[in-house]
Amino acid sequence: MKQSRTLNVILGLYVVLIFAFVFAPIIFSMIFSFNSQRFPTIPLGEFSTEWYAKVLADPDIWKAARNSLIVSCSTAVIATFLGFCTAYSDFRYNFRFKGPYLALILLPPTIPLIIMALAMLAWLSKIGMSGQLYSIIIAHSVLTAPFAMAVIRLRLNQMDPDLESAAWNLGGSEWQTMRHVIVPFCKPAIFSSLFLTAAVSFDEFAVSWFVSGLNSTLPVVVLEIVQGNIDPQVNAIGTFVFLTSMTLVVLAQLFFASRQIKGMHA
Amino acid sequence: MAAPFSQTRESPMSSNPEQRPNLYALTWRLPIIFWQLIFFVGPVLFMVAMSFFLVKNYRMTEAFEFVNWSRMLTRGFFWDSYWYTIGIATLSTVCAMCIAFPAAFALAFRASESTQRWAIFLLIIPFFTSYLVRTFSWFVILSESGVVNAMLGYVGLGPYTMLNTNFGTLVGYMTLTLPLVVILQTVTMANIDKNLIEAARNLGCSPLRTIWQVIIPLSKTGLIIAAIFCFILSFGDFVAPFYLGGSQEPTLPILILDTTKSGQQWPRAAVVAIMMMVTLFAIAFTGIALAYRKGKGAK
Repeated sequence: MKQSRTLNVILGLYVVLIFAFVFAPIIFSMIFSFNSQRFPTIPLGEFSTEWYAKVLADPDIWKAARNSLIVSCSTAVIATFLGFCTAYSDFRYNFRFKGPYLALILLPPTIPLIIMALAMLAWLSKIGMSGQLYSIIIAHSVLTAPFAMAVIRLRLNQMDPDLESAAWNLGGSEWQTMRHVIVPFCKPAIFSSLFLTAAVSFDEFAVSWFVSGLNSTLPVVVLEIVQGNIDPQVNAIGTFVFLTSMTLVVLAQLFFASRQIKGMHA
Repeated sequence: MAAPFSQTRESPMSSNPEQRPNLYALTWRLPIIFWQLIFFVGPVLFMVAMSFFLVKNYRMTEAFEFVNWSRMLTRGFFWDSYWYTIGIATLSTVCAMCIAFPAAFALAFRASESTQRWAIFLLIIPFFTSYLVRTFSWFVILSESGVVNAMLGYVGLGPYTMLNTNFGTLVGYMTLTLPLVVILQTVTMANIDKNLIEAARNLGCSPLRTIWQVIIPLSKTGLIIAAIFCFILSFGDFVAPFYLGGSQEPTLPILILDTTKSGQQWPRAAVVAIMMMVTLFAIAFTGIALAYRKGKGAK
């Protein structure tokens, strides 16, 4: 295509504008968290760590942070395990009803969270499992397993299918081959999946809000504070939440991208 | 024992779908089946059943009555909310697709490969990051005395009311959907065979006509899938219309929220939820059918 310089400059600026829009709320939230004003605007007020002090002194927030940590770590492990099993089954075997089988794991993210929240709340109450921390873990595992499956399945795509048969021909059993060939080969994807599912779980608020009962996680606390009015504490909690989940997503991506290089040795 | 899976068709050891799976195969196949049957299919089916239950004295009793359905579907407020939600989710989809397109176009055709990779890397981060807190941040930025109005004030404009309007809701929807839509559009267009575009240009096709008659038809599938995701996300989100739109006109998700949380009317909320799911599936299937329809692509 003919390259017109002015057009390219305009398009470049446009891309920058889109990124500015996408990152504006994150950046402003971080700036406002250190701002003394109750209703932050420009020009900015004085630098202050008042909101952080307030947040850190609140035992409810500490408890919510602890809950969030437990939920996202447990979810990550369960979802990654489920995702790995499914990805491997899909990679290795052809079987009847494979379509419905894959739909079973891949469908949840296409259903709006508010609907999943209602359905989970009703069902978990029915079977006497609602209102607990493990209720959130269960629900989050359903929601995040597809991400784990996708990440690990993509990794398996890069494995030479003959690698597995080669291991068998050399006398390894299926279980040994799994342990010494497939799991090591998938390791970067497994880490990537752990971080990604932890991040999604760490940020999820709708389902957590419905099924958690009194065991709020951090996003639920934010949701409850925000319902009242503008409270700059949210920016302080938000900054912590942003940094945590951004770190997790970046790590997930780095592990995912590292596969080509590390894959050579597997 | 089970034959090894092989992706090459010529392989002598191709897998046999009818073979009985051994313990090893079942170990990997069964966990997700059990888990999703109990914790995914169970909840969804129970929700459908629940829409026929009765609520007496704030307690839900199991029954098979059509009361909830007839009560919800004959109410004007339900249908008002239904069409409003479809309308604003459609508007959101159109906006996101149009706003994202020039950026995706630039990233797909004008940017270097490494810029493209960085852009996608950066856009994935917000997509998975605290939508709720980002929305709250917009609440502060867009408020009457917020950053945007303060900046407009410097050039003598405003202040404008942006919160509690459809504009506010749309800003929230864009926050939610734009990163994903830009990513999907970029990836789709980057995969187009550049020679076809070159050929169109050499044959005297103007740039705009190239976009309209070559690039868009060639990336139809990906574009439609991006639009479907955008619609699903906007249609099901309660945060943007609630906090930024002020829920003056409640969307269906807000209706579910109100009916569940304040009214204890879970069965009626289930009716709304099922109507939403049916609508989404209808739209998704139509979209997918359109996306994969063979036909008059690029002429």
